[in-house]
Amino acid sequence: MTYLDYQATTPLAPEARQAMLRWLAEDGFANPHSAHAMGRAAKAAVEVAREQVAALFPAGGKVIFTGSATEAINLAIQGRAYGKVAVSAIEHAAVRDTARAVGQDHELPVGPDGLVDPEIALPDGLGLVAVMQVNNEIGTIQPVARLAERAHQAGALFLCDAVQGAGKLAAPTGADMIAVSAHKLHGPKGIGALWIRDGVELSPLIHGGGQESGLRSGTLSPALCTGFGAAAQVALARRDEDAAHVSGLWDAARDVLSLWTLNGSKTERWKGNLNLRLNGLDVARLMSECRRVMFSAGSACASGSGRPSHVLRALGLSDGEARSSIRLGFGRYTTREELIEACRAINAAAKTQGV
Amino acid sequence: MSETPLYLDHAATTPLLPAAREAMLHGFAIWANPSSPHAPGRKARSALEEARMRIGTALGWKGEIVFTSGASEALALAISRCVQPLAAVSTVEHEAVLRHAGEVARLPADAHGLVDPAVCALSGLVAVQQVNNETGVIQPVDAIAKAVRSASGLLLVDAAQSAGKLDTPDADLIALSAHKFGGPIGVGALLVRDWALLRPTGGQERGYRGGTENLPGVLAMAAALEAGRDWLDQAARLRERLDQGIVAAGGQIVAADAPRLSTIGAYRMPGKSANAQLIRFDGQGIAVSAGSACSSGSLRTSHVLEAMGLDGANEVIRVSIGRETTCADIDRFVAAWRGVAGA
Repeated sequence: MTYLDYQATTPLAPEARQAMLRWLAEDGFANPHSAHAMGRAAKAAVEVAREQVAALFPAGGKVIFTGSATEAINLAIQGRAYGKVAVSAIEHAAVRDTARAVGQDHELPVGPDGLVDPEIALPDGLGLVAVMQVNNEIGTIQPVARLAERAHQAGALFLCDAVQGAGKLAAPTGADMIAVSAHKLHGPKGIGALWIRDGVELSPLIHGGGQESGLRSGTLSPALCTGFGAAAQVALARRDEDAAHVSGLWDAARDVLSLWTLNGSKTERWKGNLNLRLNGLDVARLMSECRRVMFSAGSACASGSGRPSHVLRALGLSDGEARSSIRLGFGRYTTREELIEACRAINAAAKTQGV
Repeated sequence: MSETPLYLDHAATTPLLPAAREAMLHGFAIWANPSSPHAPGRKARSALEEARMRIGTALGWKGEIVFTSGASEALALAISRCVQPLAAVSTVEHEAVLRHAGEVARLPADAHGLVDPAVCALSGLVAVQQVNNETGVIQPVDAIAKAVRSASGLLLVDAAQSAGKLDTPDADLIALSAHKFGGPIGVGALLVRDWALLRPTGGQERGYRGGTENLPGVLAMAAALEAGRDWLDQAARLRERLDQGIVAAGGQIVAADAPRLSTIGAYRMPGKSANAQLIRFDGQGIAVSAGSACSSGSLRTSHVLEAMGLDGANEVIRVSIGRETTCADIDRFVAAWRGVAGA
């Protein structure tokens, strides 16, 4: 079985698992908000983890732990009144649907390369621009630094969904808020974070005990926080090594799948994402014939909806082209041998379809 | 610290049960995204759905279950997405409810901390907890549910302290948190009698809660609930011993005459501020609290005790019992109490 779905989730790093065990142990259960000695020890571990996670972000802001990146994005978008909210056409549903829910959303189109034009016209009355760092379906890296600058010139704030880029690329510069998820960087599920630049004021969506500077109530899990912290630390320490490994994997996969057409920019991309199409391909049949290769046809969340991907449609692909596309995602724990074998299996299965 | 730690703050959080830890470690190994259509994704999905059914069975709940990151999120979800607007909350609710409540009506608690069901016959969403987190007082939620229903309202019950300990109430929406009953921190649920009671937001959990599911947490929550509640008889005996010991040492029991959950006791030490008591207990390795963990260290007077009109509210601490608490632990605490009170 070869797992090629690194955008949906990533294997838990052994270092993250190990870090969590301390806080799942018999004496590791305290509530980090308790004032007694055990509570203070748990709190200290949470704060160490917060520092480790903070290293994913620029200086000059604070890290608020949330239950997921989705929650972080909801907090960023719903945490204050912005007026018009402009989001790229290829944002994750967590951004698109939340922007839609607050009304006044404006869509920033992308070119056929899957990139937002950094000089694109912005609407009047703009309060927030949200553009992701790395797209989850096609892996394109957006010009977020320039877009953040443009947003600021227009008097708006800039939110960056860095779920797919965190720990892999340098932190996006210029953003006012950045959302990340632990399980996309080999940390545990059930925890994410919102980084907020100093001076940016938000109101909470989840009220209660007033944890996280009053911005997000709910008992923090020392286990999830330390797992997230360890995963972030490993990702940063191995960033160059992981990137070189992924680049080698990309070359190997492209080599085998040379007849497939790449969706999205060749150059502005995270190479752990290979979104390819083969005209006339029946993807459902391909998946059922390659049962030992775990890949997807778009985001996990939209899987099974039967709708063609909004991202591929935004590139200008026809419904048919979008439906004949697959996404291969690989990373730190993928070996070259298993990837080549999987790509060969995909090729062979496609061949039997005569495409 | 020279003394062996004595943890009597189980209402803040309680140790992860071994079965829950095992389930969590198993969950770490099933790491695929439950929304992925491939085989490992489907395996994660089926584990998630099986856990959902087991949790429903353990709670005796026939309605729907939405997994969340905890009770605070479940309460926020219920209040912000319910088809009926929030109409009233009791004065003794946790901050996780009160802070959403703005100017809505307050349902008073009497000197015993109890809410009168008769005042709950309101339309709209009414929020009353099953058990108070500071005093352990058990509200008559089934009678309250009847009253709310008689006025075509909906009842939201914060069951963070009671889930896994008392029977699940006959309410419309119920919030719970795994780490209060031996599951892990970071996972909880909103029980929903009928999907028609909530407006969906899109995303996972049938469109009622976006975000990749915390499968290890959910599996551990199921295991913790299945561990059962036989231990509560022993807890009741220990709490009785604690009550008697503290009264004999000149202390007062808060809400002594109300029905109280057998694991929580709130006690007043006349003439000694709660903060001074906590410092002394902490110095002896004893973990107790003044009110909720969330408000610890804030030095605010408890809104719960104030609502009950209690004298000396700032002299009250909370002692809460867990599965592993022994008779010797209680005796050690009572002896320590005598020392703090006498000094």
